[in-house]
Amino acid sequence: MAYLDHAATTPMLDEALEAYVATAREVGNASSLHAAGRRARRRVEESRERVAAVLGARPSEVIFTGGGTESDNLAVKGIFWAGRAARAERIRVVSSAVEHHAVLDAVDWLAGHEGAEVGWLPVDAAGRLDPERLRAELAAHGDRVALVTAMWANNEVGTVQPVAELAAVAAEHGVPFHTDAIQAVGQVPVDFAASGVAALTVTGHKLGGPTGVGALLLARDVAATPLLHGGGQERDVRSGTLDTAGIVAFAVAVEAAVKGQQEYAARVAALRDDLVERVRQAVPEVIFNGDPTDRLPGNAHFSFPGCEGDALLLLLDAQGIACSTGSACSAGVAQPSHVLLAMGADDDRARSSLRFTLGHTSTKAEVDALIAALPGAVERARRAAALRTPR
Amino acid sequence: MRVLAAMSGGVDSAVAAARAVEAGHDVTGVHLALARNPQTYRTGARGCCTLEDSRDARRAADVLGIPFYVWDMADRFHEDVVDDFVAEYAAGRTPNPCLRCNEKIKFAAVLDRAVALGFDAVVTGHHARLGADGLLRRSVDAAKDQSYVLAVLTRAQLDRSIFPLGDSTKAEVRAEAARRGLAVADKPDSHDICFIADGDTRGFLSQRLGEAPGEVVDALTGAVVGSHTGAYQYTVGQRRGLHLDRPAADGRPRYVLSITPKTNTVTVGPAEALEVAEVRAARPVWTGGARPDGPIECEVQLRAHGDVVPATVSLDADGLHAELRRPVRGVAAGQAIVAYRPDPAGDVVLGSATITG
Repeated sequence: MAYLDHAATTPMLDEALEAYVATAREVGNASSLHAAGRRARRRVEESRERVAAVLGARPSEVIFTGGGTESDNLAVKGIFWAGRAARAERIRVVSSAVEHHAVLDAVDWLAGHEGAEVGWLPVDAAGRLDPERLRAELAAHGDRVALVTAMWANNEVGTVQPVAELAAVAAEHGVPFHTDAIQAVGQVPVDFAASGVAALTVTGHKLGGPTGVGALLLARDVAATPLLHGGGQERDVRSGTLDTAGIVAFAVAVEAAVKGQQEYAARVAALRDDLVERVRQAVPEVIFNGDPTDRLPGNAHFSFPGCEGDALLLLLDAQGIACSTGSACSAGVAQPSHVLLAMGADDDRARSSLRFTLGHTSTKAEVDALIAALPGAVERARRAAALRTPR
Repeated sequence: MRVLAAMSGGVDSAVAAARAVEAGHDVTGVHLALARNPQTYRTGARGCCTLEDSRDARRAADVLGIPFYVWDMADRFHEDVVDDFVAEYAAGRTPNPCLRCNEKIKFAAVLDRAVALGFDAVVTGHHARLGADGLLRRSVDAAKDQSYVLAVLTRAQLDRSIFPLGDSTKAEVRAEAARRGLAVADKPDSHDICFIADGDTRGFLSQRLGEAPGEVVDALTGAVVGSHTGAYQYTVGQRRGLHLDRPAADGRPRYVLSITPKTNTVTVGPAEALEVAEVRAARPVWTGGARPDGPIECEVQLRAHGDVVPATVSLDADGLHAELRRPVRGVAAGQAIVAYRPDPAGDVVLGSATITG
């Protein structure tokens, strides 16, 4: 099998899995006062310090959550609510057209249910945001903006955004800036303090940790209204019994991913460049999407004009090759990617796209398998798509 | 063979896929998403295109250990089935959308795509027999037989179709599903029309076509006996819901005899006026393959689950006509006439055509 879908989820690192199992054997609620509780507490706090240390944050800025979607929702809704509570005219959210649905839909929800105004920032054909557009947006509406949220790196096309520049623009206007860095941590250098962002989302299962655990890094001077109420854990921002084993394994994975980032990126980018080059040679008329240089090392994203992405996926899956159409599903039906549409692709090109993402277990043999299967699959998919017209 | 199993989320298609796996085929499951907005179609277990049905189909595929995908056929379904359904009613005819779906979607758009992608055939859970002789026959379960809605398929389509359930009764299929651990074993059968959420066909048509008030006329006296809000809301043979202003002069019940879209008139009359002894039909399909060279003695069925009547079917310039051995009531234009040859091994479908009058 060739697993080319690491951006969906990547295998757990052995050390993270071992840390998980070892910790899960121990009893203890980190909020309990007795010895077992103190032991669990210590594991959580050590993990918090490890995460903070490698990501350039203070331990008190690390809020453990149930994963990326929760962290994004907490940042978007929580910072919006807190900002509006402090100043009633702050009802505007600024976001980008290429966000993950965990941000996009949270912003839409605020617009639909909380009376939020939204300023959507466009991207160019490579999927890149322009800090000047943000500057113009904030010059026009800065006093009313509760939050700017823009991802560090795009999960579909792999484009890395100029986050520090964007955060600096937001800082000029005193507006908190959140970034969804789920795809970035472990792939490109990420430093919370140096980036100047107010809040940053990271999750475990994209970097070798377990699914269902992540964190929101939240600067100490930024208020967020909680989504979950209860025991008051995590600075009162995120109630719920701490998942000690998950947090320990998460911290192990974050540390390994960040410390190994340079070496990883060099190795995986070389493999990816080989993949891209060989796909271009093997398949006529392929379009390589995203920023050619400022991109995630493991991401290769193509449009195959004349094909439907879901037909290609079926054909490759039948040959043991796992990849993704990269788009959200509604009842399992592929919708044209909002990211590609925002980059100016038309509906057909958006639907003709496939994402191949490499990770820490990727090998040349997997790329070889893809190159062996892809030309035939594209030819078949083109024949199938040609049936659509005429009726 | 590499086969594509169309999985609706119901018990029949799940067992059909299971049998295809057991027969040694390389099976891939596909659920057809037919609703543009899945929430608007039937909820629960009654339809064939809800999110719940999609999950049921996926779960069945999991149990069978086969790949599973959802194919978005909503646009094609709307153009070829739903829009056609509305247009047919607007033209005063009574369409059969299941038949149209088989003709245009399942055994056309889906089959063509499957073949292009390298599949050899499509497997469905229809209750009909299609054996090695290539003949399409009624199911052994007369009550569940679906050969009528498959009779529109051509030889080429049947050659790429597999119906694994034709030799089983519905009860046997359910028992087998339970034995195989398929959770849909006791899921209720789907009924009615999958794209009409509440089963209210009149309401659905009114929404699409708007109100068009007109007269209800008695065929015997020529008198206006009532009014309607849209002639498309009526079907030939219908008795209920006529809302006549006054009883007929002869005191006998009235039935819809015909619908005339041109004048927006619904004509009613007594039961015997509904009787027809000859049926004309267009666009014949000879399911068995060859077009017959002379009149054929056979049995005909004029609507889904309708009575079967001996007849002589002859070809003519417009298609075909059938002389019925005994008169039949309530033959509606737009429905299919399906010709069968009686056979102890299962009545054989000879062909079908669309009734014009």
